[in-house]
Amino acid sequence: MTATLTPVLTAHWDDPDAFRLDAYRRAGGYQALAKALATPPDDIIAMVKESGLRGRGGAGFPTGVKWGFIPQGDGKPHYLVVNADESEPGTCKDIPLMLATPHLLVEGAVIAAYAIRAEHAFIYVRGEVLHVVRRVQQAVAEAYQAGYLGRDILGSGYDLELTVHAGAGAYECGEETALLTSLEGYRGLPRLKPPFPAVAGLYACPTVVNNVESIASVPSIVANGGRWFAGLGTEKSKGYGIFSLSGHVTKPGQYEAPLGITLRELLDLAGGVRAGHRLKFWTPGGSSTPIFTDEHLDVPMDFESTAAAGSMLGTRALQIFDETTCVVRAVLRWNQFYEHESCGKCTPCREGTFWMTLLLDGLERGEGNEEDLEKLLDICDNMNGRVFCPLGDGAISPVVSSIKYFRDEFLEHHKRGGCPFDPAAATLFGDAQ
Amino acid sequence: MPFSDEVRARLDADADQIISRYPRSRSALLSLLHLVQAEEGYVSKDGAAYCADRLGLSETEVAGVVSYYSMYRRRPGGDYNVGVCTNTLCAIMGGDQILASLSEHLGVGPDETTPDGMVTLQHVECNAACDYAPVVMVNWEFYDNMTPDSARGLVDELRAGEKPVPSRGPARLCTWREAARVLAGFPDGQAGDGPAAGPATLAGLMLARENGWTAPEPAAKGDPAGSGQ
Ligand SMILES: Cc1cc2nc3c(=O)[nH]c(=O)nc-3n(C[C@H](O)[C@H](O)[C@H](O)COP(=O)(O)O)c2cc1C
Ligand code: SF4
Ligand code: FES
Repeated sequence: MTATLTPVLTAHWDDPDAFRLDAYRRAGGYQALAKALATPPDDIIAMVKESGLRGRGGAGFPTGVKWGFIPQGDGKPHYLVVNADESEPGTCKDIPLMLATPHLLVEGAVIAAYAIRAEHAFIYVRGEVLHVVRRVQQAVAEAYQAGYLGRDILGSGYDLELTVHAGAGAYECGEETALLTSLEGYRGLPRLKPPFPAVAGLYACPTVVNNVESIASVPSIVANGGRWFAGLGTEKSKGYGIFSLSGHVTKPGQYEAPLGITLRELLDLAGGVRAGHRLKFWTPGGSSTPIFTDEHLDVPMDFESTAAAGSMLGTRALQIFDETTCVVRAVLRWNQFYEHESCGKCTPCREGTFWMTLLLDGLERGEGNEEDLEKLLDICDNMNGRVFCPLGDGAISPVVSSIKYFRDEFLEHHKRGGCPFDPAAATLFGDAQ
Repeated sequence: MPFSDEVRARLDADADQIISRYPRSRSALLSLLHLVQAEEGYVSKDGAAYCADRLGLSETEVAGVVSYYSMYRRRPGGDYNVGVCTNTLCAIMGGDQILASLSEHLGVGPDETTPDGMVTLQHVECNAACDYAPVVMVNWEFYDNMTPDSARGLVDELRAGEKPVPSRGPARLCTWREAARVLAGFPDGQAGDGPAAGPATLAGLMLARENGWTAPEPAAKGDPAGSGQ
């Protein structure tokens, strides 16, 4: 069977006015909100549970279950925080979603906030995307004006404030507890869990943190029913999702498909690896997910199958690298990113990423040997399970997986006394000559 | 030198508005820092002191926050912040060559500013535009699928006082200070400019349209809970 695409979130992105309220309404926008506000909040939570929607921000926690953890009748304010910090290397789906259809996110946020009985919601968008910030600001302003936000929304008696908050540049602030600390006006350091945000989140009050794509999936679930959503995808990884292809692929971009599609199928849709080249390695879900190789072309891109094959679904950020790419260079660069972004709170991550950069740098220059590979694996071993937050776990993913699949290539650098690859051959513009 | 009364009055009005967006005032700190950056082009000692004063924090507390976040400049810089993505994917697709070429062309290294005060060169991390690699961000607007040639052309235009139009952004490129003001939550009226989506964003949707692929229709309409019963 050839795979087909299922545009839902992406279905109206080709309307040049897609980001405007009137265009969004013409496409059926805000009808799900009207339906939701006429439904008891608990039924909305039940519907999202039934859909099987699992968090699209990387960890895959069931969204309806998370909403169900919010205590009710506790007398405390509840908060919804939309995680729009998209900074995981390779991940590039939430940003185009907010650029094209910010109202989809706003509508989803109002429904989610209503379901968990929140009085104030926040969209925490990374600061380095100015036009996206503008579009979200405008959508929120339009929604207030149209009565989808503010007091007595659509005459339902439900009140909600929605604040757009621009971050200031820190990858760690995408981690949900660090995000909350940052939103409170502090350095974005993570917090110990438990307590989970559902119990003690923003200002120590019950809080749901959800990814942009998770929240944007909610209006279609409310409109079409949980069973409709659950009818797509695989048994345990239900629904559709955006797959982001980048790198050495003929047609990079966003491809929305049911979970469970394979890279072979996606590459087929995207015109294959760039002409004249072949697949060497790829990330299934961003740089924090262990790399795959051409052995993994047929692994279904769902939570279970990617895990069984030794990686993770993550954010479905498929960075494709062909045979012109030096894996040592790639991994060194990722590691420098983690080193730079490590918040420094815990020693294994702070020190580990520092030493790994030194070792990888030596290896890339041909000065490292087999012993250095063992040292790298040793550091990873020491970090594994001892780091305070998942950034540290993410940092070891590229290192361990690349040594697993490409040990010889690391050693080849030593034999040759340098990198055997020509970086110009890997570029977008260098291959033409 | 602390802000003049006139500047302070203007900042106060904006700061009041920012603080009112949050249930607790301290949450306004990041936006206030964007605001003082919009005023001076960087977060000066005075700017940080102003934020501290408005929120009842110590200056040390504010300094700790400023240093944590990469978007706050701690010294003056250029009107245009040219950030070349050199995270792995962009680096390999040509970001490294672009940064090297710009550095040579401008005669400045990363985090340095050209003598005319126009361009601060930076390397930036993944900017969520990998499907347009290699990417250059000018004052946080997207310039997609760059080459060393096109990047040199871009900075030449900037230094000549022109405003090259971003690939997916407004018709009029903001200065660094104007951009910071938008980040502080004061829209500049340019949200309606530019495309809804760039070509790579639409790659999958175009293919679906060509082939007539759509998501399945819901089976039973009029089933509000979707429970099927
Ligand atoms: C270092 C780090 C960065 C993260 N960045 C993001 C991000 O930018 N966006 C996001 O939605 N989740 C991010 N996450 C995951 C969040 O912690 C959290 O799982 C997610 O926002 C929950 O939403 P979901 O259940 O809808 O996926 C990050 C996690 C880590 C450890
Ligand atoms: S693992 Fe890294 S990022 Fe996470 S708390 Fe420790 S030092 Fe900070
Ligand atoms: S790696 Fe450059 S935008 Fe993602």
